[in-house]
Amino acid sequence: MHRTKVRQVVRENVLDANDALARANRERFDEAGTYVINVMSSPGAGKTALLERVLERLRATLRTGILEGDVQTTLDAERLARFHVPIVQVNTDPGFGGECHLDANMVRSALPELPLEEIDLLLIENVGNLVCPAEFRVGEDARVMVFSVTEGEEKPLKYPLMFRTADLVLVNKIDLLDHLDFDLEKFLGYLKAVNPTAPHILTSARTGAGVGAFCSWLEERLPPPALDTPVSSE
Amino acid sequence: MHELSIADAIVQVAGRQAEGRRVTKVHVKVGHLRQVVPSALAFGFGLVAQGTPVEGAELEVETVPAVGWCRSCGAESTLEGFPLRCGECGGLDLEITAGEELLVEYLELEEA
Repeated sequence: MHRTKVRQVVRENVLDANDALARANRERFDEAGTYVINVMSSPGAGKTALLERVLERLRATLRTGILEGDVQTTLDAERLARFHVPIVQVNTDPGFGGECHLDANMVRSALPELPLEEIDLLLIENVGNLVCPAEFRVGEDARVMVFSVTEGEEKPLKYPLMFRTADLVLVNKIDLLDHLDFDLEKFLGYLKAVNPTAPHILTSARTGAGVGAFCSWLEERLPPPALDTPVSSE
Repeated sequence: MHELSIADAIVQVAGRQAEGRRVTKVHVKVGHLRQVVPSALAFGFGLVAQGTPVEGAELEVETVPAVGWCRSCGAESTLEGFPLRCGECGGLDLEITAGEELLVEYLELEEA
């Protein structure tokens, strides 16, 4: 039989499937009263170290949880285990060739392991990468991008999508500024050029500088806790 | 490489829309602001299409230039590189009207 070629107009957004799953995740989070932050950065910018500082400060007043994304290892989850907060590890390696980001489906698959009803603030540590995580919504309420001053001023111009979709930019490792040629004003100018509305906070996970301001930013965004909310003593 | 994940999503969209028919071409629109490298996307597409109804299909990538509407002066201009600046007044307060697409525009299918 002769085969004919037909053209079928589709006009379907490639990320629709992911976005639909992200919305479903978001509904689940809202239902549980869990506020969700997607923490993104390049590898080595200091996400885990900052989360350690945040947990030190907030775990006494807030019920926190961690969803740890990593291509292969569980090293970051092991580092955070000492805080005795719920942590679930998602390794992206079993996916197609080791994904360089978390997507909505990976986050969804991890949700049954998290006691969401007992978590006010879920911090999702995304896979270290400045390109891919920006494309994939996971159902987060806000995106925090960690940039470290060792990466160079021009990064907002080179990886605009990441910087453009951030709700907050943490400029980390400022304890190293004296040792670098990094031009902070130039960086902030580039940041403003790609994302005129994103606030930024200067931080150092090493010295703890700016961590209080970051915690305040988080607390301000969270809905006020119910008076009878029990807080873990751990 | 996010192109691989995007290629995977494209193959899934095309496979579902094809409803069992063989796909010979997938035409996608990719906005300039998406930072997608067409050659990397085509390479990834060939890999992830294997064993699906989309295997062997040609991936045609149409790049869509970035366009912004300036909230300061009201002009619409094509945006080249970052910072995204109004072509008329140089303003930075822009509403992006094109350039963020990631769309399967049409498929070419074989029908018996």
